[in-house]
Amino acid sequence: MTSASPCKKAIDEAYAAKLIGKNACGSGFDFDLYLHHGAGAYICGEETALLESLEGKKGQPRLKPPFPANAGLYGCPTTVNNVESIAVAPTILRRGAGWFAGFGRPGNTGTKVFCISGHVNMPCNVEEEMSIPLKTLIEKHAGGVIGGWDNLKAVIPGGSSVPCLPKDICDDVLMDFDALKEHKSGLGTAAVIVMDQSTDMVRAITRLAYFYKHESCGQCTPCREGTGWMWRVLTRMCEGKAEMAEIDMLLDVSQEIEGHTICALGDAAAWPVQGLIRHFRHEIEDKINTYRAGKSVHAVAAE
Amino acid sequence: MSELRKVNVDGKEIEVPGHYTLMQACEEAGAEIPRFCYHERLSVAGNCRMCLVEWVGAPKPMASCAMSVNDLRPNRDGTPANIRTDSAVVKKAREGVMEFLLINHPLDCPICDQGGECDLQDQAVAYGRSHTRYDEVKRAVDEKNMGPLVKTNMTRCIQCTRCVRFITEVAGVEELGLVNRGENAEITTYLQANLTSELSGNVIDLCPVGALTSRPYAFNARPWELNKTESVDVMDAVGSNIRVDARGAEVMRILPRNHDDVNEEWISDKTRFVWDGLKRQRLDKPYVRENGMLREASWGEALGMVAERLKGDPERIAAIAGDLCDMESMKALKDLLGSLGVTSMDCRVDGAAIGGQGREGYIFNSRIAGIDEADAILLIGTNPRLEASIINARIRGAWLHGEAEIGVIGEAADLTYPYEHLGTGPADIAAFAGKRGGFAAKFKKAKWPMIIIGMGALARPDGAQVLRAAGELAAKCKVVREDWNGFNVLHTAAARVGGLDIGFIPSNGGKDVAGILKAASAGDIDTVYLLGADEIDMSALGKAFVIYQGSHGDAGAHRADVILPGAAYTEKDALYTNTEGRMQDGFRAVFPKGKAREDWAIIRALSDTVERTLPYDDLDALRATIRRPDAAAFDPAKLGKAGKVTAKPFVSPITDYYMTNPIARASATMAACAANAVGIAQAAE
Repeated sequence: MTSASPCKKAIDEAYAAKLIGKNACGSGFDFDLYLHHGAGAYICGEETALLESLEGKKGQPRLKPPFPANAGLYGCPTTVNNVESIAVAPTILRRGAGWFAGFGRPGNTGTKVFCISGHVNMPCNVEEEMSIPLKTLIEKHAGGVIGGWDNLKAVIPGGSSVPCLPKDICDDVLMDFDALKEHKSGLGTAAVIVMDQSTDMVRAITRLAYFYKHESCGQCTPCREGTGWMWRVLTRMCEGKAEMAEIDMLLDVSQEIEGHTICALGDAAAWPVQGLIRHFRHEIEDKINTYRAGKSVHAVAAE
Repeated sequence: MSELRKVNVDGKEIEVPGHYTLMQACEEAGAEIPRFCYHERLSVAGNCRMCLVEWVGAPKPMASCAMSVNDLRPNRDGTPANIRTDSAVVKKAREGVMEFLLINHPLDCPICDQGGECDLQDQAVAYGRSHTRYDEVKRAVDEKNMGPLVKTNMTRCIQCTRCVRFITEVAGVEELGLVNRGENAEITTYLQANLTSELSGNVIDLCPVGALTSRPYAFNARPWELNKTESVDVMDAVGSNIRVDARGAEVMRILPRNHDDVNEEWISDKTRFVWDGLKRQRLDKPYVRENGMLREASWGEALGMVAERLKGDPERIAAIAGDLCDMESMKALKDLLGSLGVTSMDCRVDGAAIGGQGREGYIFNSRIAGIDEADAILLIGTNPRLEASIINARIRGAWLHGEAEIGVIGEAADLTYPYEHLGTGPADIAAFAGKRGGFAAKFKKAKWPMIIIGMGALARPDGAQVLRAAGELAAKCKVVREDWNGFNVLHTAAARVGGLDIGFIPSNGGKDVAGILKAASAGDIDTVYLLGADEIDMSALGKAFVIYQGSHGDAGAHRADVILPGAAYTEKDALYTNTEGRMQDGFRAVFPKGKAREDWAIIRALSDTVERTLPYDDLDALRATIRRPDAAAFDPAKLGKAGKVTAKPFVSPITDYYMTNPIARASATMAACAANAVGIAQAAE
């Protein structure tokens, strides 16, 4: 609501200035702009669930094909765009595509709005050049990792749905599609979550698993059943109350969700868990061993 | 039809229409695709993910139920796209989905009514793993109330939403939904209200697991204990194809059988749940009335008494055949009474002004499947939702999936689809011909116009005149052409068209039902033979000697002086002709109760006693004498009689859907439904 009100105000002003509406800017072209409130479900960010929601239905993703460009809102061809894409369009038009493509590496050109949060000195939103090194991004705009770069433990480079990267990869990884894909992660929404040495990775990923369990729409089987399963296993693992073999089972379950669902929420739920097991398997093993040895698992985790 | 496309399934190249789904293409190629949410007659949900197949080259497996062959691109080298249903990817996907479906399923098969006919059981064996890896606590879901017919055990639910889609799309009442999200998703009715659809029982068949089961059948039998007999339903004039499941002498349940031209694969709740009525109020031995009281008698004594009466003056004898009669018994009774010179016989218990004017004047000429093609349907004096729920669902389908628009002259009832209400009485039929705009314009321009006229319009004193008015409208609007006959009579009784085909109507100055009742109360008729006829005003029979032959102790048996116990529809091999004139075989699932006998055999035995032995010794010989009336030129404008119509509005003959015949009235389940319906109606007021 807080972001919607200024937006509505801006629309009203644009109408008043005849920038949009009938015969927008005197161009002979009618352009109407409506602002519509959703109820806040995460899944309604998925483009077809967003259309369902817009139609007044339950926010559940549609089967694709047909894609919205063929059959979208009320069955009509629809383009669904992120605000970020639209926001950058005027500048591209003004300064030319060549200028925009001049940023970044080939195949990863342009600018990107990065959102840096977590254990940094100055969490912020910043538009930067694509392919900027992660370390530069954090140090230049976010005031660096709390306690210095060496205090870094892991970074989730593209929003909660992509696998995390440990510090040794973060040291020199570039923030673009190809570089992150090479390291089996992804640029996603470019919402960089920085975690320092104080982070209990298992608990952090468990919290994400809970989020995806909570936000799963319940439509298709793997995501509906699998997200809850993963969260429950991870919750036990936080306490070390698990078998070693369950780590591989968890990985297998996450792979059974991945790619088998209607929308990408299943993948989004599976990837952080896969990232955890790929890079921080030893932390889970430590917890299990600690629990078996009869010690408190929280001794090492001062969050 | 879209053009053929080549596709390679498991190394086998086949050519299928482009609009086929991958699932259809795979089946065409002989590959079996497991599925839960997909159902041929419902919209595609694609949510169970059991039908995943591999499109070689695609990053993820595809839901084969939702992807069409047209959506496939050929391989880079131009060869047809490769679909694999037997690869490691597919096997893992199926195992994974199966595992997910089972982790929160209670696995209470030993106490589940679906056991033995459960998709989840079958597919778990075929596609699942042999063990579980799930150590967490399983989810439990509260039971939901859905009324007296559908029993729920929602912990077993796998959220396939078949039931939701059926109730929304086919039944046309938005009463079921998936609430909450994620693993808390539950199927429920709004505030757990009862389902009000007449087709609600079909969700039991649709449910691939034991979440929705039959409440009346709960814990009664296992599917493998039942003898299954394919038969035909008599609860309405649709002639739904059914399967009667019996154990020993008891009918345990009734299920639908697929027949695309009649009931597709649905049956109405009355058809499905009436079976407990077959166990109650049964006439299982002959009775005769002595000093005002009925007492048991032997067959010899009862038949002797009847024969004595039938030997009397044929002018003073009459017969009425009821709503559930099979064709053989009506034919035998007609032959017997005919040989005695009786002319007053009638099968139109409700007094409908039809018959005697050619077959097309009283049948559903376009056939039920013809509804799918119709683009304008005018309902006159009928509420198909109550009179023939299956046909109503078909009309709804034509509205939903086709271009059909619907107009109604009669009661403005909730038919589950929108319609234009064009009036309530006979005068509105003639007025419709003069109307312009709206539905009238659509109807007059329609390529496949259809008139459905019900007993609410025909079973009334001015029925013949109403029929003429409807016929004239049909002629004027080109409803009857060489390539299309959209003039349809919708009957309410399973026996009616059969009776009319046989000619169980008055001949040579004989009396119809109204005439018989009048003459009986006046004392001009002193013997009335009721062949399963219960829907008449028994008090109008006066002092007449009443012979009742039938299966249930209902109104007719109460009034009878002699009761000849007959067989219900599940207890005899018999022919029935449905409203569209389709003759169908019913088969015996169990034997008649006690000393009761098959109805034609009773009449055959009676003919011996009357010394007018009928010339057939077995059913085949009797059936050989049943002939469909010859086709004659059909002019709808000449149907019925010219004359004045009254202003009385049309009223559907069915006031209580669940109580329309003796079997339904004997059923406790139907009584519960009726009470429930009354409660809902009162709550609505």
